[in-house]
Amino acid sequence: MAQKNLLLGDEALALGALHAGLSGVYAYPGTPSTEITEYIQAHPLTAERKVHCDWSSNEKTAMEAALGMSYAGKRALVCFKHVGLNVCADAFMGSATTGANGGLVIASCDDPSMHSSQNEQDSRFYGSFAMMPVFEPSNQQETYQMTRAAYDYSEKRGIPVLMRLTTRMAHSRAVVENGEDIREQNSLHYPEKTRQWVTLPVNARIRNRELIKDYAQFEDDAVHSPFNSLTEGKDNGLGIIACGIAYNYLMENYPDGCPYPVLKVSQYPFPKELARQLATKTGRILVMEEGQALVEERLRGVFPSGIQILGRLDGTLPRDGELTPDAVRCALGLPALPQYPAAEVVAPRPPALCQGCGHRDFYTALNNVLKDYEGARVFGDIGCYTLGWMPPFKSLHTCVEMGASLTMAQGAAYSGTWPAVAVIGDSTFTHSGMTGLLDAVNGKADVTLCISDNLTTGMTGGQDSAGTGRIEAICEGIGVEKEHIRTIVPLPKNYPDMEKVIREELEYHGVSVIVCRRECIQTLRRHAAKK
Amino acid sequence: MKKDIILAGVGGQGILSIATVIGSAALEQGLYLKQAEVHGMSQRGGDVQSNLRLSSAPIYSDLIPKGGADLIVSLEPMEALRYVPYLAPDGWIITNTTPLVNIPDYPPMDRVLEALNGFPQVLAMDVDGMAKDLGSPRGANMVLLGAMSAVLHILEPEKLREGIRRVFGRKGEAVVASNIKAFDAGLAHFQNR
Repeated sequence: MAQKNLLLGDEALALGALHAGLSGVYAYPGTPSTEITEYIQAHPLTAERKVHCDWSSNEKTAMEAALGMSYAGKRALVCFKHVGLNVCADAFMGSATTGANGGLVIASCDDPSMHSSQNEQDSRFYGSFAMMPVFEPSNQQETYQMTRAAYDYSEKRGIPVLMRLTTRMAHSRAVVENGEDIREQNSLHYPEKTRQWVTLPVNARIRNRELIKDYAQFEDDAVHSPFNSLTEGKDNGLGIIACGIAYNYLMENYPDGCPYPVLKVSQYPFPKELARQLATKTGRILVMEEGQALVEERLRGVFPSGIQILGRLDGTLPRDGELTPDAVRCALGLPALPQYPAAEVVAPRPPALCQGCGHRDFYTALNNVLKDYEGARVFGDIGCYTLGWMPPFKSLHTCVEMGASLTMAQGAAYSGTWPAVAVIGDSTFTHSGMTGLLDAVNGKADVTLCISDNLTTGMTGGQDSAGTGRIEAICEGIGVEKEHIRTIVPLPKNYPDMEKVIREELEYHGVSVIVCRRECIQTLRRHAAKK
Repeated sequence: MKKDIILAGVGGQGILSIATVIGSAALEQGLYLKQAEVHGMSQRGGDVQSNLRLSSAPIYSDLIPKGGADLIVSLEPMEALRYVPYLAPDGWIITNTTPLVNIPDYPPMDRVLEALNGFPQVLAMDVDGMAKDLGSPRGANMVLLGAMSAVLHILEPEKLREGIRRVFGRKGEAVVASNIKAFDAGLAHFQNR
């Protein structure tokens, strides 16, 4: 039955997938994508239909499992934040070669302005890189509809579809009316074309030529897509290309309708034919896109020199950061609304580790010990504990991407850094740290790995952590000597014991692991409230 | 009619429960709504805000332009001031006066209050104290919601009370009653200011 619900963009995508007959979601938590999977986990249809919804160890295992589900003919969803697409890039690129059998949608949530991320990379580049269609809805209602359409499209063309959301879509709520029909799940059935699923060069070469042809078809589909449109305007002094949610910021500034011709783009490959049509109307084109200047870069130099392209690259819009109604207003040459100046008395309030958090006690003890080691370097990783870089702790020297702590420590240790300390959380360790630990053991590296284990994936709100209860066993299985796997409980009363253990393991010239374990206080509170 | 609201506070204070009640009432009334939230790293004790937009006509942008907010509603006084460039010249600031000090350079309170009082339409109230006096220290959000309901107009206070009943209904009648009491106290405080 058609119902109206207030849904986040993430939730609209999740509901669209469930209603499209989803058989499984495979995901690793990451802001702003986490709520897609959480919504599916909590939805009654998931239990009723036995939809797979457990968290994966990382984005690569998620992508591969979903590809396996697609191979078996069923509809699958993969979700992660934009940088997760880097983690699974090998599998992602491979999935363009294999193609999709059951509908396969890959939801990658970008974070322009880096509200909770280390970069602003724009997932649309991966779409053209892999020669895969990209869907980028402009609002929550369209997110629901486009997700459903993406599954049909994926099966029709035999290709995975990359769905791109950005923070303001993922984490903004609006009224969404769902469709009346809930599609049945697919039954088990295997691909008719079998060779492309074995990517030996002999097969991949054939498939690559097919994909190149298909990509031209995808572009033709985008030209005729109901989600892309070219509308006339009264004033041809300017033409506008508005991609994804940039369309909203444009229309926000023209409550009575935009006076200029507008090309709205939500489905890629970029429909060049529609851009050519727009260019016949106007000599100036303003490109508005959330994230990087993908469309703008490609349009520059395409048109005759008489056509001027405006956008992020020439400063008409800001070169970085997410779009805002104000930035778009300024680009359109409209005056700013009357406004108050910023209040001088306001001080910055950066995020911080929670009061009572175990990471705090770990950093306090670590700092106390490292005072005596002038050459110490601490290699950090991705999670709440990255906040240990900030005052009052100032404990970390590096943080790059998931799993880089221990491996960077090895490279530095080999170069003469001592002591080389790595700090990683339990969930990040099982995501991308275990293989690095195997390298360390095999190379007999002189490193100390501190696993700050809070028994959850904390930063994203407390999702299950893949290795809970087995961290020491994993380390032992990988080959760390049992006597150098130490476990401590980070509490102020334990500082002397903690410091003694840390000191002993720094002094051991080999691989040591210190598991520093206390439950995240946020999940602890939630568990207490449940009881 | 439309109303653009910035809800402000510090991660963990729970500004989203205010948005949830308003959202429930708006959905019931068939209003259009957009509500941009903050998740992830910023929630860890940093400044957080939510852009909440209500309208009888479709809404495009998820974000409110500078100079466009009809209301800034804040659970923390300095956080109310953080967003004043977004306030419309005739907009209202409804804020708690109890500071949440988790940074070393929090400004002196008299300067914060002085800056707040420099705006033409301000209601600064000790929301935490009022909630405690009512015997429901966790009802601070609802006191603030009650106070802002006096100038919300697009939704009548009774519709918001119904929203509270829907949102908190499954937690039992006692929770609903104490939240409604907190809401009414906030509304009365505005009217008797």
